[in-house]
This record gives sequence, C-alpha cells and structure tokens, in this order.
Amino acid sequence: MRWIKSKLLSVIAVLVLIYLFIPIAVVATLSFNKPEGKYNTSWNQFSLDAWTNICGVPGVCDSFMISVRIGIISTIFATILGTMIAFALVRYRFRGRATTNLLIFLPMTTPEVVMGASLLALFLNLRFPLGETTIIIAHIMFTISFVVVTVKARLQGMDPRLEEAARDLYASPRATFRYVTFPLVAPGIAGAALLGFSLSFDDFIISFFNAGTVVTFPIYIWGAAQRGIPVQVNALATLVFVVALLIVLTSQFVSYRKRKALEAGMSSDPAIAGANVKGLEAAMPRS
Amino acid sequence: MAAVLPSAGKQSQVSAQRKSRTGYFLLLPGMTWLAIFFAIPFVTLFMTSLQAPVAGKSGQYVPAFQVSNYPDALAEYWPQFLRSFFYAGIATGLALLIAYPLAYFIAFKAGRWRALMLVLVIAPSFASFLLRTYAWKTILSDEGFITSFFNALHLLPDDRILNTSIAVVAGLTYNFLPFMILPLYAALEKIDPRLLEASNDLYASAFTTFRKITWPLSLPGVVAGTLLTFIPAAGDYINSELLGSTQDRMIGNVIQTNFIEFRDYPTASALSFVLMAVILVMVFTYIRRAGTEDLV
Repeated sequence: MRWIKSKLLSVIAVLVLIYLFIPIAVVATLSFNKPEGKYNTSWNQFSLDAWTNICGVPGVCDSFMISVRIGIISTIFATILGTMIAFALVRYRFRGRATTNLLIFLPMTTPEVVMGASLLALFLNLRFPLGETTIIIAHIMFTISFVVVTVKARLQGMDPRLEEAARDLYASPRATFRYVTFPLVAPGIAGAALLGFSLSFDDFIISFFNAGTVVTFPIYIWGAAQRGIPVQVNALATLVFVVALLIVLTSQFVSYRKRKALEAGMSSDPAIAGANVKGLEAAMPRS
Repeated sequence: MAAVLPSAGKQSQVSAQRKSRTGYFLLLPGMTWLAIFFAIPFVTLFMTSLQAPVAGKSGQYVPAFQVSNYPDALAEYWPQFLRSFFYAGIATGLALLIAYPLAYFIAFKAGRWRALMLVLVIAPSFASFLLRTYAWKTILSDEGFITSFFNALHLLPDDRILNTSIAVVAGLTYNFLPFMILPLYAALEKIDPRLLEASNDLYASAFTTFRKITWPLSLPGVVAGTLLTFIPAAGDYINSELLGSTQDRMIGNVIQTNFIEFRDYPTASALSFVLMAVILVMVFTYIRRAGTEDLV
C-alpha cells in the first residue's frame, strides 16, 4: 500500500511536468508543418520550409532582432541596477528598508496591464514619443525586481567564512570583493541576467502599451494571430526554447559537478566554490 | 516572490551588515528608476482617471476632478471585473491542486533529480507566452482528442471547449502554474523531514500528517503562490483574447481596448486604478501576515 502511494505521487509529478510541456511540443511540431490554409493550428504535411527559410516571411526576423536588441540593452541596465540594490539589501544597514522592500516587491505583483497603462499615462502626459526607448525604459523597470531577488538569494546563500578568511589574511576590502565576493556571486548575476533577458524578450503586454509603432517579436505574433501565424514564428520560438534550455542545463550541470567536488573534499575549497584564489594571492600584501 | 528562492544563512549575514553611505549609493540609481517609472506613473494614472473630455474632440482630455469617471466605468464594466476575479480564482484553485503534488515531490522525493526538475518547471517559460497560449487552440480544438473525449461523456454544455470560458480558465491555469509551483516548493523544502517521521512514529495516518504538519507548514508558500498566480491571471487578457469568445472578455481586455483603440484614457485609467486597489488590499493583507523582509 505504501509502495503504491509513493509511486502514485511520482506518477502525478511526472504527469504535471508533461502537462507543462504539451503546448511546447505542439509549437515545435507545427514548425515542421505545411499548413493547409493560413492558420497553422492543425497538422497537414511534413515540411522543412520554415526551418530552411527562417526569415522567409517579411517582418519576422526584423521583429525578432528588435526584441533581441531591446532584451540585451534592458538586461544590461537592469542587471547592474538590480545587483547594486541586492548588495545594499544584504550587506548594508539603511533607513527606509520596509519601503525599499515594498518598492521592489510591488512590480512583481502588479498586473502587467496596470503597469503598461500607468507608464503610458506618464509618457502621454509628458508628450514623450513612444518607441524603442520607452519599451527599454519599461523593461528595465519591471526586470530590476527579478534581478534583485535572484542576486540577493545568491548573496545570502554564500558561505561568509570565505570572505572572513580573506579579511583575516589581510586582503584589502577591494581585493576581497574583486577576488572572493564577486566571483562567488557571479553565477547568481549571470542567472539574473538570463532571467531578465527572457522576461524582456517574451514581454507582450507592457511593450504593447508603450511601443508606438515599433513591432517586437511578441507584438508581431499578436498581430499575426488574427491573420494566421507564419510557420517561421514557430521555428524561431522553438530555436529560442532549445538554446535557452541548453544554457540553463549546462550551467546546472557545471554547478552540480562543483558541488560534487566540494562534497568529495572534506572542507570547502574556495577555488572550487568559485573564488579567484590566484588573483587574491597576487593582490596580497607581501610580508 | 517571497519564498520563491530559498535563502540560507540569514543570521550570519545580518551580523555582517555595515552601516555606511555606500549602502545608499548602491540603492540610489535602481530605486530612483523604480520611483520614476513605477511609482510616479500611478500618480499620473490617477490624475488621468479624473480627466474630462474636450467637447467635440475625441481622444483629447483636460485635467479635471471628474470623480464620476469611476462609477461610470464600473457601471459599464462590472461584469468584466467580476468575470476576471472569477476566472482568476478558479484558475488559482486548479493551479494549487495541480502544483502541490509536484512541489511536494520535488521537495521530499526528487533526491538528486531536484535541480533538474526545477529547471523543467521554469523551462516552458523560455518558449513564447503568446505561442504557448496559441498552442492551446490546437489542443482544445473542436476536432481534437480532448473535446471529443468530453463530448463523448456529454460533459460540455456547448459541445466544445475552444471559444468558451473553459478554454480561458484552462489557459490561465496552465500559463501561471510555475508561479504556484516555485513558492510552494520553497516552503515545502524548508520543512524538516524529521517532523514527518515523528508524526509517522506516533501512528498518525498519512492524511493526518498532511493535515496537521505538512499543510500548515506549507501555508506561507500557499499564500505566496496564490498571490503570484491570482494577480497576473486577473489582469491577463491574452488568454481570453486568443482562447475565448467575446462573452469571455476580462478587465484586461477592456483596459487595453479603451486605452489603445478607443483612446478613452480616463475610463481605462479608472479601471486600472480600481484593479490595482483590489490587488494592493490583497498584498497588504499578505504583508501583515508575513512582514516585508521576506518579500524580496
């Protein structure tokens, strides 16, 4: 009975995971389809046309590149601003902590339609022209919070003894930061940047409100949904999905190997944990 | 987002906190950005919601204090408001039912597969939100397997799923499921497994252990997950637009069309403001229970 119960839970867990991937399987399958009419919603005939001619429909690749550009620019800004906030929250005492926490938390819980509308109200009242700039401003605004949360978790999960050790060995605060703290937090920052990019790249609602005439990839899909989404869109989305999944799985695998190596050695080796020990040694005061 | 990511070593960090100007310097740029482009827009949104139209010129408004915009907007659009909360409520309940077993499994049974399973939970977000929603058109289509199955059992009032409220709720449930799974997992993961063993040793049934130990201890995750699923679902208009009929329009659709197509800024702003007010009430109720430190 107990055995059945524990297996039942596993079965449900696997079924839920499969459920999460059903629509993606549909998107990927339909990228190899030759639709009968203009709507690519049911299987007709196998074809590689969309993959061999991925920019074959006007506008698809243009909008894709616009989204990539907006994603990169807003991710750079949001990652820098968010990382600074995360350091302040974990490492410094300051007044107005509750307000700060609230101002970071609220963008994550505000419906996108409200953020999009209120930002558009601001731009309209200022007569600020809508376009790529306003989209980037919006994207930086709503991704900062997610960067803060991700980097903060990494900072809090760090072994404080590694930094203490560097300080005990008379490393200057600057050297400690550069060779110990930063390399240890870097994976968290990279993860935050990846999350920020995927949020920006996939955002539709806030972008749509503040885009003016600019057509990002999601806005292109939205427009195309009425008249039939080109198969190329499915191919591009499948490509993005596979690349992102590979990046995340690789990084998970690397950190898994590091953890294994850490567990194998009895003590926590700062070099394995990610600190730049050689750099720190070079920066040490000579006695 | 409170409990999404496990935070270890809090105590040791607090003792290492310094008080210096650097802290304010680090906060300043990012918080200024949020103040200008997140907080201040709510002021302009509120001012816009009170504007009065210019006679004879559509799409033009002057600053005013026309409070009647609010009752007017609500009188016209209360069905969409109620529908949004209704759909989002059902979707949140379903998401909780679907997410709990998976989160429980990842927290207690997954062992070395834990990290991989967490990746698989967030991986679907890497594929376009719009395309994933659009894919449900194929899955729930009238000729599809699912519709035929339920029709054979005579369970569908309209003999179809697509373009009905069922499809909209199904889409909402699916799209926001990861926001339920992750906080639930984070809360469950914190539970000491020895508590469950102790309960078992004292001859509590599996159900009693769940009711008395697991469920109460997972409540922070339930609350956070419910909030993070319900709020985006209530404001969403992509699912109702792509999967529903015109009878299933939600408040997001109304705000979007009034703002962008009809250029009726005051009405759209008033509706956004009411939606935000309702959500703020929910958030602050949550904060009163949990405090602000665990929010981010």
